[in-house]
Parts: sequence; C-alpha cells; structure tokens
Amino acid sequence: MTILETRALGKRYRHRWALTGCTLSIPAGHVVGLVGPNGAGKTTLLNLATGLLAPTAGTIEVLGEPPASGPAQLARVGFVAQDPPTYAGLSVADHLRLGAHLNPTWDAALARDRIDRIGLDLVQRAGKLSGGQRAQLALTLAICKQPELLILDEPIASLDPLARREFLQGLMEFTASHQASVIMSSHLMADLERVCDYLIVLVGSQVRMAGEVEDLLGTHRLLTGPRRDPCTYPADWHVLTASHTDRQTTLLVRTDSDIHDPAWAVDEVGLEDLVLAYMSQSSKAEPGPAPREEVQR
Amino acid sequence: MIWLTWRQFRGQAWVASATLVVMAVALTLTGLHLGHMFGISGIATCHTRGDCASVSTTFINQVQANSTYKVFNTGMVILYGAPALIGIFWGAPLVSREFEAGTFRLAWNQSVTRTRWLAAKLALLGLAAIVTTGLLSLMLSWWASPIYRAAALADGSNGGAGPNHLDPLLFGASGIAPVGYAAFAFALGVTLGALIRRTIPAMAATLAVFAAALLTMSLWIRPRLVTPAHMISALNPANIDGVNIQAGGRMLLTAAVSKPSGLVVSSQIIDTSGRVFTGPPTQACESATASFQACSASIARLNLRQLVSYQPASRYWMFQWYETAIFLGLGLALAAFCFWWIGRRRLS
Repeated sequence: MTILETRALGKRYRHRWALTGCTLSIPAGHVVGLVGPNGAGKTTLLNLATGLLAPTAGTIEVLGEPPASGPAQLARVGFVAQDPPTYAGLSVADHLRLGAHLNPTWDAALARDRIDRIGLDLVQRAGKLSGGQRAQLALTLAICKQPELLILDEPIASLDPLARREFLQGLMEFTASHQASVIMSSHLMADLERVCDYLIVLVGSQVRMAGEVEDLLGTHRLLTGPRRDPCTYPADWHVLTASHTDRQTTLLVRTDSDIHDPAWAVDEVGLEDLVLAYMSQSSKAEPGPAPREEVQR
Repeated sequence: MIWLTWRQFRGQAWVASATLVVMAVALTLTGLHLGHMFGISGIATCHTRGDCASVSTTFINQVQANSTYKVFNTGMVILYGAPALIGIFWGAPLVSREFEAGTFRLAWNQSVTRTRWLAAKLALLGLAAIVTTGLLSLMLSWWASPIYRAAALADGSNGGAGPNHLDPLLFGASGIAPVGYAAFAFALGVTLGALIRRTIPAMAATLAVFAAALLTMSLWIRPRLVTPAHMISALNPANIDGVNIQAGGRMLLTAAVSKPSGLVVSSQIIDTSGRVFTGPPTQACESATASFQACSASIARLNLRQLVSYQPASRYWMFQWYETAIFLGLGLALAAFCFWWIGRRRLS
C-alpha cells in the first residue's frame, strides 16, 4: 500500500501554479521529509493530501483513497497544520473532549498520558499556551485519533530548540509504537535529517527529487580529480554541481554504477549537501531521479 | 459534533436565554396588569350592552396612555432585533471565524466530514434561532392580545383606532413571521461568512442584506403578494385632504381612507363612469376667494366615488404563512448553497 500516490498532480491559484506535474508514489512505513524553499508548494501539496484543497490537475490518493472522501478516510489521517490552529477560547481539556467526540478511534489514555508528560494544564485556554505547547496540543489531537498516516506542515518552524526536540521525540515515539507513517514538511533540512528515511525535494512548484534516503545517498558521489573535458565523463553520470580550479574539478554526480577510474577521489555526500545541490539547481535543469516504484515492505 | 457545536455556541445560548427570561418576566408582570385593565373595561360583556365600539376605544386610549405600552414598543424592537442579531452574531461568525483563526484545518481533519460538521451547526443553531424568536413572538402576541381584540371591536367607529395587525411595522413583529426572518437571517449570516471569510465584514453585510430584504418584503412585495380586495364607496367630502388644480382644466383629488381595516394598497377617486377623476375643476375650487368648505361642497355634488384597493385584516394569517414560507424557503436555499460551497474544497 502507498501512503501517497499522485499522478501529474497540479494546483493553480488564479494564474499561478503552486504545484505542477507532481508524480509520487510513497510506500507505507516511511517518515517522509518534504523539503524545499519557502513558497515551493509544500503546504499546497499537504493541503491537497488532507483534502483541504482540490487538485486543478491530475489525481491524488492517500492510503489508497481520495483525501477526505469520508469519515473512515479522515480517521486514518492525522494532520497538524502550519502554525498549529487551536480554538483560543477552548481549554486544553475541551480540545481533548473535541478529539474524543469527533474521532471513533480516539485513545483517551494516550491523550491523558501525553498531556501529563508535556505538562499542560487541563483548564488552561489554548489561546494562553506558548507556541511550543500549542504545537504539542495539536500533535496530541492528531496522534490520539491513532492515524495510519500523520501529516505535519512545518510543525517545528516556530519552536525553540528544546521544544523542537521534545516535539520530534513525541513524534518518533508514536511512529514506533503505532507503525504509522509520517509526512512532514520543513524548509530546514537540519530538522528533517535526524528523523526522515524518505525525502521529497520540492522547488519552484515541482518535485526535484524523491526517494529513500539510503538510495539517495548510495547513488550520489562527490568526486575530486584533475580538471578535464566534461565530454569525457561516463554517459551514466548525471552531474548536479561542478566547481573548478585551474587544475582540479569537484563534481557532485548521480550514478548507478561504481566509479573505478583511479583519477577520481570518491567521497560520500552528506544529505544536507545533496538537498542543497538539488534546491540550488535552476528550474531548467534536468529533474532529479523519478520516484521509483518500490516493493511494499 | 453535537458536543462541539454546543461548546462553541454556549455563550450565545446564555445571552439568548437571559433575554428570553427578562422578556418573560417583564411581559408577564405588565401583561397581568393589562389583563386587569381589560377585565374592568367591560369589553367582555359589551355585546349584551351593544357598546363594544365605545368601550373598546376607551380601553385602547387608556392602554396607549399607560406606561406599560412602552413594554410593547420595547418588545417590538427586540422582536425585530432578534433575527438581525441572530444573523449577525450566530450566523456570520459560524464559518468566517474558523477561517480567520485557521481552525477549519483542525475541525475538518477530525473523523467527521465537513458536510456533517456544517449539518450539525446549521441544524442546532437554526433550531435555536427558530425557538428563540418563536418564543419571543408568542410572548408578545399573548401580551398584546387584549389590545388586538379591542382594536377589532373598535374598528370603524373612529377610523380604526388602535394597532392594526397588517400595519407594515406591526406585521413583522407578530405571529410566525419572525421565525421565518430568524431562519433566513441565520442562513444569510452563515452564507456571507463563508463567502467573505472575515467576521466583521460578514456581520455588516448580513445586517445590510437582511434589512434590505425585510424592507423590500414589507413595503413592496407584501401588498402585492395577493390580489387586493376592492371597495367602492361614495366619496365622503370630509375625507378629502388634497385638491390639486393643474393647467389644462385638470383637478386631481386625494382623500383619506376611512374604512377598511387592513393594509391599503391604493386609493383612487373615480367618477360615475368608473374612470379616475381628473377634472374639470369646479368653480368653487378654482375660485381664489371661495372657502375650502365651498370647494368640498361643490365636489360632493359631482357624485364621485372612492375606489380602495386593500388587503383585508382577515388575510393576516394567510400573509403570515406566506411570508414565513418565503423566508424559510430562502433560508433553506442559502443553507443548500452553503453545503455545496463547503464541499467544493477551494478553501485556502
């Protein structure tokens, strides 16, 4: 089963395409990082995945069904929106009651436990909570409906480092104990690097790269060697970035084959550098690897 | 959904309940006093004595001079205000507030479809709106019933003393019409809130559109909703209140309407052949020196008649049902639009 399956998905706001030609197929069991600069279309993609938006072009299926197609589909997806919205006038306890009344799969014990550990006061109004506390409350609401897929839109952008760590900790505990999948967006790779095992890079309304982190790291190499004519590079090299000095060339290359030429010093590439390389490519550049159909885990 | 709807509506519900209680107390206390006045007025036994018109008129004059009548006027203001306030404070923020705070992203991602979310809100708050205005109208109708009974008996004796049910101002604050207004105003508020997505502008727009709809209905549509009844009577010269002599030998007359109790749509002065009287002017009226009485007397000799188109008071309940049905229908249409709109998912 796939958690997210899109075909040529596009969304237009009046005259501007916020997302175009997005084709993805993400198998279940991943913690997916959706990364890209501000305005790249991350929120649009996630709002399409939660059914808050309808696509202008293409199709989208979440957990094998159209998003928000019914109460059963809604129950399977948890969503924490950007700047987590809560009802300012309702107390923490009211929010838990809201979750319990509106979700047949609500886990009340888990909710109480989480609120205890976060240290939220049940009678406090959500409007009086700090940003971190509000994010934790929103995450609690999303988690305690026990979804198969949790979608988080920039959940930690506004949090301080300590709150970030606590938030991610809570998230990881949940995915481990419930075998749930996660899709979370961020414009900061550092937020995602620790927790994600699948990555989507979205730049300028288009998917630039998508795949399992392990595969991405395995197929990209940083090469250093004597300067030479680019025409002599092997045909299966896709050069992402190249920098030259008078005598030396450094290349970031995607290739499926091993590099045997002893003239090149081969290095592993870090995830952050890799993502930055894709993000800084101009939009005219050849798109990254297409998402591959993968065997279900 | 019922719990969440109630939790978010609790505050407004308390305000509405408190208003109802205050109104009930004020109307009961003054209403009992009014009932006492009615009891000693002798109207109940007037048929045996045959003095219904005079005792009723006396009673109405007494009531209108009494300070309790202010309660009736206040009640009318509240009954007109209630649907507007319901539209502004219950309807307009219902969806727009969720957009302003972004909480629709929270509400619509629980295991409840947004159609059900909207259905619960519209049904419960719509019902509350109908019950609130229905009770207000019922209380005020009970309070005013002695006055209307007296007014019906006093009718005709002195040009229709006392309040008249079909009076444009009184009609909308009595019977079941306020229920229709409230349902319409509520649905209107929700619709405008969904379209405008800003609470304050949606509130202002709700008030403006509701007031316009009510005025259009009461001043323009209601008198023409049903073919008016006609009454032709000899023109009573005492009723003439306007003589307009124009160049070209034309004389146009206007006259007050003394008879029918109800809503007058139009009044025309016609001649013996049934055409609208346009002249020629009589000598007495044309003369600069003759008195108005002489002019009136000369008009009386023309054997003119008065044609009045009117909606009889007996049609009160028919109009009430029509008007309630129209506004309930509009409210339902707006609610249906809200369901369609909210299902479209073009929301951010």
